[in-house]
Amino acid sequence: MWLYEKKLQVPVRVTAPDPRMAKYVITQYGGPEGELSASLRYLNMRYTMPTGKAKGVLTDIGTEELAHMEVVATLVYKLLEGASIEAIKAADLGAHYADHDRALYWENAAGNPWVAAYVSATGDPVADLHENLAAEQKARAVYENLLHLTDDPQVKDVLLFLREREVVHFQRFGETLMDVQDHMQRRKFY
Amino acid sequence: MDSRSQSLLLRKIQELSFVAVDLNLFLDTHPGDRRALEMYNNVHRDLMQAVRKYEKVYGPLVNFGYSPVMQDSWTWVESPWPWEIKY
Repeated sequence: MWLYEKKLQVPVRVTAPDPRMAKYVITQYGGPEGELSASLRYLNMRYTMPTGKAKGVLTDIGTEELAHMEVVATLVYKLLEGASIEAIKAADLGAHYADHDRALYWENAAGNPWVAAYVSATGDPVADLHENLAAEQKARAVYENLLHLTDDPQVKDVLLFLREREVVHFQRFGETLMDVQDHMQRRKFY
Repeated sequence: MDSRSQSLLLRKIQELSFVAVDLNLFLDTHPGDRRALEMYNNVHRDLMQAVRKYEKVYGPLVNFGYSPVMQDSWTWVESPWPWEIKY
């Protein structure tokens, strides 16, 4: 069960519409290292985790990633709000517009749709937690790439916040991995 | 409805709720940390106060029965949605 809170995790502002930046940022909505991939990856892995701590961390980080998906969606929405058709075409978003108008869609920056192959689940808690550590680092790297692609200080604020959360999640997954490894070693002596 | 004071109050909730989220994740991997637990309990109190204050003026923040009752009409669908709020 989930509850919806009618608020963003962090305020989202843009200085001006920027469809070019919207085309880049959308990858954190529906690209391989995006927030949809992240939330589904973690929430899906909970069921095969051996400890309460690991189940808790995956539930809570997976839920926070859903909130990040809404933050990224709002950023794209605001970057496209009021943009003219001419500006949309000039930003290489004409193909997106043909299929979706200004609707959001889960796609990467090149327009390729989200696929489940972005998410891995082996059922092995140690392997899966390593997957998450890598995922957090890759998401951090993509946010840094996006930071290089804009001069808008308000857009940068949002991207910096999301980047920092990846670092914190990496830390928590690292602690979870050590705890799970301890747990599995302890079991061998029974 | 004054959107400036709404976004200020919302900002306060976002700050407190961020502290709660971050402490929550920390406590998931450090459940025995009494200092973190105390900070979590304190921020919970401040957050609940700020949320109740906001909801009195701007309507419910949480759906499915978790926010106070609405007396005259279903205000859940009347207040602006997160992506529409101007900060």
